[in-house]
Amino acid sequence: MALQNVWFLLWGLLWAIYFLTDGFDLGLGALLPFVAKSDEEKRIVYNAMGPLWDGNEVWLITAGGVTFAAFPKVYAVMFSSLYSALMLILFSLIVRGVSLEFRGKVESAGWRKIWDTTMFLGSLLPAILFGTAFANIFRGIPIDQQGIYHGNLLTLLNPYGLLGGVLFLLLFLVHGALWLAVRSEGEIHERADATARKLWPVLLVVAVIFLLASKFATNLYANYLAHPVLFAVILLAVLALLGTRVFLAKAQYWKAWFSSAVTILAVTFFGVIGLFPNLFPSSLDPAYSLTAHNASSSPLTLTIMLIVVLIFVPIVLAYQIWAYYLFRGKVKKEELAYEEAY
Amino acid sequence: MNVLFLSRLQFAAATMFHFLFVPLTLGLSIMVAVMETKYARTGDETYLKMTKFWGKLFLINFAVGIVTGITLEFQFGTNWSLYSAFVGDVFGSLLAIEATAAFFLESTLLGVWIFGWKKLSRKAHATVMWFIAGASSLSALWILIANSWMQHPVGYVMKNGRAELSDFSSVVFQKWAILEFLHTVSAAYILSAFFVMGISAYHLIRKQHLEFFTKSFRIALAFGLVFSLFEVVEGHLHGSDLAEKQPTKLAAMESVWETRTHAPKYLFAIPDEQEERNVVEILPIPDLLSILATHSPSGEVKGLKAFPRDERPPVFICYAAFNTMVALGFYFALVTIIGWFKRNRLAESPGYLKLMLWSIPLPYLAVELGWILAEVGRQPWIVYGVMKTSDAVSPIATSQVLISFLAFIVVYGLLGAVGVYLIVKNARRGPETA
Repeated sequence: MALQNVWFLLWGLLWAIYFLTDGFDLGLGALLPFVAKSDEEKRIVYNAMGPLWDGNEVWLITAGGVTFAAFPKVYAVMFSSLYSALMLILFSLIVRGVSLEFRGKVESAGWRKIWDTTMFLGSLLPAILFGTAFANIFRGIPIDQQGIYHGNLLTLLNPYGLLGGVLFLLLFLVHGALWLAVRSEGEIHERADATARKLWPVLLVVAVIFLLASKFATNLYANYLAHPVLFAVILLAVLALLGTRVFLAKAQYWKAWFSSAVTILAVTFFGVIGLFPNLFPSSLDPAYSLTAHNASSSPLTLTIMLIVVLIFVPIVLAYQIWAYYLFRGKVKKEELAYEEAY
Repeated sequence: MNVLFLSRLQFAAATMFHFLFVPLTLGLSIMVAVMETKYARTGDETYLKMTKFWGKLFLINFAVGIVTGITLEFQFGTNWSLYSAFVGDVFGSLLAIEATAAFFLESTLLGVWIFGWKKLSRKAHATVMWFIAGASSLSALWILIANSWMQHPVGYVMKNGRAELSDFSSVVFQKWAILEFLHTVSAAYILSAFFVMGISAYHLIRKQHLEFFTKSFRIALAFGLVFSLFEVVEGHLHGSDLAEKQPTKLAAMESVWETRTHAPKYLFAIPDEQEERNVVEILPIPDLLSILATHSPSGEVKGLKAFPRDERPPVFICYAAFNTMVALGFYFALVTIIGWFKRNRLAESPGYLKLMLWSIPLPYLAVELGWILAEVGRQPWIVYGVMKTSDAVSPIATSQVLISFLAFIVVYGLLGAVGVYLIVKNARRGPETA
């Protein structure tokens, strides 16, 4: 029982880390047409995420892999139910990944334009779809006793689901704008700063609406009312979001970005804690819901995986932080001349 | 057109496409690491240029390999949900370990390598490539342990209506996994060696960048020779282990219908699955199949008729894939041995160079045939002897799978075309002359 609960938290944590790392890549990709005017500026955007996006995306693979290992039934039902949405996300990420790699390899404005467009769409779609998918999970998915999904892609596009999509998109856009502000200078830096300032109030409003809508569309607050101390997580989300704006006003971009990362972490945990012990609740009948207790792996597998995760995740975090530290500086125009640059 | 058929087609397309790019990543990373280490140690600029030239091809190839890998992990959930729920306790952990212990390192350090030229010392930068190479092969190890478990499931018990892990170390260290890993990475290293030799040959034929491509060719030749020879021996060991553990695959890949001792090996046969016999059987080598499979001329080899029809894999595909792969394996050993004698006068051997240029696609063919044999030969099972493929597929709508399958064909087709175009373009251009 305790082991399953630990795994539930780890499951939430891995998804949260994915959102707070790759979130800025996705946000930045979606902002590309708006913050970067010239080819040189576009290259600054690409190179701002260039060294890190690939490692960030592995958190998705890990979150998926860990779902498979610790909660195989959730993995099976979640991904087959959300088939079309997941396929759209994966194809977007594929196209997005090669955009970075292919864009600079042929000297042609038309060629670059193609990859700028795929970069934009390949970032925008996953940002919205991840939000929509998770909001639907918060709300409950029409699955029956056998885990068979009674719906289609459009079922997911209900108002609360779409609100989740908009919330994630805005979180990622602000996160991305702040990252660009951290890693650029001059005109594009000013534009990144201004974009973050403009988007922030919109994000605040949508976040508040989402918190309120969750009261009516979901059952998330039940756990909070049972254990009021948990409201601290929501408080943390709000404080971190406010903190983002405060640091932005002081032009302390690293702190603002970090605060935005904490916001994403806390927003994800707002949902995860509210779901507990459900991982994939059924909207048809609560008895059909997949929980940490009825969908988990055997104690042996959970123990082995816990050891693996406790050893390797800190190691991964250590070298990823080292990589972030290595590329903490601003992308300079002269660096774009390196042949390896994107 | 049902979900089962489309899902199999989709998985086959996605894995076979993915594996066009993976082997080169595995092998070229090591060769680039060797080149960069030589540069870091000697300061010789030729090795730096080699690192950059081959590194660029490595990166283009890596990008396509990595993005097409993402869909594979998720397809177990999307299309094979009954399989995932049934075996996740054993199989899922192997994939999760792969991501945490290997794939992370590979992906994070790749960014560091690409952008870190000015930020790290020469030695540190070369070390990063060694880590990338090591992590890639480690990644392959975990994936192949997972596949080996589907081929020869061990270390599990049937409990709670599913396969549950009972002995982790017997899953990880089983003989099949070790053999499959050695077989696959050796094949990948051979493929990479032929890639480098072939492109080097292209330039040597044109007498351009002679020193650069002679050095490149010789590094790849040494690499290719060692692993081609190793693969011949390893392939035999893998085959005889398979003979014991997957008798249906053995019978299909050798097209043996009757169970017998002193089984000969026919160098050419055409099976007829309806009539349960071979229409053509020529060039028999007496006792050879018994010797290969059991290490004894009087060893018994089970024929396909010993198994019910619905437990036999498609015979022709297995037979053709296996024998072509083996013939190619001997060819690789042969031409690298010839290369070894010509290594000091490569530029004066235009015929040999042309042969090597045109040999680039052959290891690609061999690795794909190897996977066809491994996966088609395991049919009708998804987990050999435990779960049938037809019982593993997700309860989802056919239209969804049809759409995603078409999307795979279109997106992967375009990706492949662009990837190959960029590799060919950069390969032909040669190293920077600055």
